[in-house]
Amino acid sequence: MSELLNLSLTEARDALKAKKITSVELTEAYIGAMEEGKGLNAFITETPEKAREMAKASDAKLAKGEGGAMEGLPIGMKDLFCTKGVLTTAASHILDGFKPEYESTVSQNLWDAGAVMLGKLNLDEFAMGSANITSYYGNVENPWRRSGGGNQKLVPGGSSGGSAAAVSGRLAIAATGTDTGGSIRQPASFCGIVGMKPTYGRCSRWGIVAFASSLDQAGPITRNVQDAALMLGAMAGHDPKDSTSANLAVPDFEAALTGDVRGMKIGIPKEYRMDGMPEEIDALWKRGAEMLKDAGAEIVDISLPHTKYALPTYYIIAPAEASSNLARYDGVRYGLREEGGSLIEMYENTRAAGFGDEVKRRVLIGTYVLSAGYYDAYYLKAQKVRALLKKDFDDAYGQVDAILTPTAPSAAFAIGENQDDPIKMYLNDVFTVPASLAGIPGISVPVGLSEDGLPLGLQLLGKPFDEETVLKVGHVLEQAAGFDAKPAFLAGSK
Amino acid sequence: MSEAKSNLIQGATGDWEIVIGLEVHAQVISKSKLFSGAATAFGAEPNTQVSLVDSAMPGMLPVINEECVRQAVRTGLGLKAKINRFSVFDRKNYFYADLPQGYQISQYKQPIVGEGEIEIDLPDGSTKKVGIERLHLEQDAGKSIHDQSPSQSFIDLNRSGVALMEIVSRPDIRSAAEAAAYVKKLRSILRYLGSCDGNMQEGSMRADVNVSVRRPGEEFGTRCEIKNMNSIRFMQQAIEYEARRQIEIIEDGGAIDQETRLYDPNRGETRSMRSKEEAHDYRYFPDPDLLPLEFSEEFVEEEKARLPELPDAKKARFMSDWGLSAYDAAILVEEQETAAFYEKVAEGRDPKLAANWMITELFGNLNKAGLDLSESPVDEAKLGGLIDLIADNTISGRIAKDVFAEMFESGKDAATIVEEKGLRQVTDTGAIEELIDSVMASQAEKVAEYRSGKDKLFGFFVGQVMKQSQGKANPAMVNELLKKKLAG
Repeated sequence: MSELLNLSLTEARDALKAKKITSVELTEAYIGAMEEGKGLNAFITETPEKAREMAKASDAKLAKGEGGAMEGLPIGMKDLFCTKGVLTTAASHILDGFKPEYESTVSQNLWDAGAVMLGKLNLDEFAMGSANITSYYGNVENPWRRSGGGNQKLVPGGSSGGSAAAVSGRLAIAATGTDTGGSIRQPASFCGIVGMKPTYGRCSRWGIVAFASSLDQAGPITRNVQDAALMLGAMAGHDPKDSTSANLAVPDFEAALTGDVRGMKIGIPKEYRMDGMPEEIDALWKRGAEMLKDAGAEIVDISLPHTKYALPTYYIIAPAEASSNLARYDGVRYGLREEGGSLIEMYENTRAAGFGDEVKRRVLIGTYVLSAGYYDAYYLKAQKVRALLKKDFDDAYGQVDAILTPTAPSAAFAIGENQDDPIKMYLNDVFTVPASLAGIPGISVPVGLSEDGLPLGLQLLGKPFDEETVLKVGHVLEQAAGFDAKPAFLAGSK
Repeated sequence: MSEAKSNLIQGATGDWEIVIGLEVHAQVISKSKLFSGAATAFGAEPNTQVSLVDSAMPGMLPVINEECVRQAVRTGLGLKAKINRFSVFDRKNYFYADLPQGYQISQYKQPIVGEGEIEIDLPDGSTKKVGIERLHLEQDAGKSIHDQSPSQSFIDLNRSGVALMEIVSRPDIRSAAEAAAYVKKLRSILRYLGSCDGNMQEGSMRADVNVSVRRPGEEFGTRCEIKNMNSIRFMQQAIEYEARRQIEIIEDGGAIDQETRLYDPNRGETRSMRSKEEAHDYRYFPDPDLLPLEFSEEFVEEEKARLPELPDAKKARFMSDWGLSAYDAAILVEEQETAAFYEKVAEGRDPKLAANWMITELFGNLNKAGLDLSESPVDEAKLGGLIDLIADNTISGRIAKDVFAEMFESGKDAATIVEEKGLRQVTDTGAIEELIDSVMASQAEKVAEYRSGKDKLFGFFVGQVMKQSQGKANPAMVNELLKKKLAG
């Protein structure tokens, strides 16, 4: 069993194609792993029966030499993607009992490519959070532990915490995530795996419960860069049902992994060297640059002058959009309804009971910044700064092919830490948010361990719709780093 | 100046002028909704024309319906307005049970159509230009139904997401009659364009009316908005009432509160719906689910080339080609079908006679019978046939009215009725002379009086002769022959 769980996504794909294993065997292994890993609380809903059916169908196709790019591969689906007939919660009480009559475009693309669904993965409520501690369905636990002992439970990062924990602890061979300000990349860094946010518009947002529409983007969470390339190819594509989806052909991302970065220019933005940043993060970053240099790339110091405004800008735009996107959860048509004596009272009761504190905080912030008299000072100004941030990157890409930065300012922290102060929590996204605002692609690759033995990732950013370069450089970095540390919990290892 | 003067309202302390601006919501004619594929037909069973987008299911996204954009552009062109090839959809946020998204997608700062104008036709035949400030596209809300249960409200989302054009006028309107003329003209243009059916009863056209009063020449006063007028008659009543109400308040030393009001047609009064303080903060911001709406100049030019002849152009042509008065022309061009009907009747005939017969007899009878022109028992060919019989002296105008009444009743054509009833005009000199002789013989005394200088009796003789002929004698010939005979 553990041998099956040892296979990466692409290895399992090859083994299935070569008929060395079957999807049913692989899927059963993961159903067992989900059982074993229940303590991580990575899944909100498990769908083993569905998985078995899908695996059987995949095996039939594989036997005939047919099947899609993801045929027979059992994955987890972040519970922000609407899945037909399967409970979809966004980790919120307010979506109690909601079973969509439709399938999100990205999940449908994956099923069409042959992927097998293991279940719906836990996340921060409405994807709002950086530690997966805001879910109505409870905290997700990081499979890693600090090396110093004490066995303190750590957060997996967020918001795609369930996805990252599941892939890291081998409860799923890969998982979908969504990234609004770092929700794929930061948890990937915290869990020692790969997380990729593609360019805004690369994957359809249709059927993904919306958090902040101008920022939300789906992407893969995988064990390695090649897996990310495979899975992104299956997720991406133009969708006429999403007006912001890009009408571009999907390249063969795996083919981009040539291993050759000679002559490429990699930018190191000086503004990402922040006050109070842990020494080990800075050291890791330098090491990463060295690795790329050794591989033949040229390291170029660059400036992204508006970086320091990114976080405040993000925390205006994202809550503003969220406050409007979440208005539909009103108890009238679906999900939770708490009755009241009048329509207004019903709204108040429903939303008071249905939303958690962090969601309420952001709805309030968002409502405030859009209010008459404040709009110009907050929202409009934030949009202007956003344009400047985007221009920073446009200018930089005149000089370099990709940009290397840390993914997060720290390793995973303990559940309970950083919880008293929302601002401290928001700082987790300081390195990931600028790319979200600019809409550019980014990947987090595990490169080393912190002093107390926790994984640390580096982030590579690329030009709009140039995921190929991001993956290519990420792949080289991954090979050079040779990260092979394992978390404390690893399904099938006992 | 004299025209403006006639619009003034007499208050206890002097004259007042009403200032009116209208926001008309016109439902776009399109098969599907503004941002979803659901159907838009009126009168369907509740909640049968609702897509996942219209019911605001999680993760659903709007996609613009090109046909609605085309209709807005056509309408903009019909209003001689600036077409904005770059416009933006915004979210207007507020909570209501029949607004599933919790926001309405509308256009706030950058509408698809900018400034234009409408020329309205006033009852005295004069015209006046009313400025159009903008036209924008937006979604309609659903419908709340409160009268089905004592404790619950029901929601019908069929209308949710249907495309509306909001057409905003400048505050250029100065009376209830002008407001009525504005709505009629706008409706006429929309119907010509086929962009809105203008059916106010079904709610596919509704008006919010902003009313304020001022002393002539002074600054605008504080306005009140009367919401959701769906009848021109009620709108006029509401304006009259509201202006009077405001004048009374000001003349009593009070001030007008800016507020939204509703008109109650049963009581004939407006009443407060919500004050300015209670007004929503809509928190408008550009909808991040939609890209800005952009289209090419060619698209606009293509639509321009496809526009029909619009009411103003048609009216001008009717005046110059057919020699009609402004008043008659305005009436005949209000509906495209009426104008087409008229042109068929007028072709090859006396155009003024044709206009008179349509406006007086045909419209009069249709009105009385409560019929539309399309349901008229008298079609173009039949009305034309009647006019031909007048023109060639087969019947007199007087007889023609009876013939028309019979036509309207039976649907028969004029010639048949004239034949059946023997109504052919008598133009035989001998026959008319016989009638005159017989009248003169029986009225010998009156003949003597006439001949002794009582000229006024001439009319009496004409009447007698016509009566004898049962109205069929040609009146001109009767006159001529009578004069000769009486002269002896």
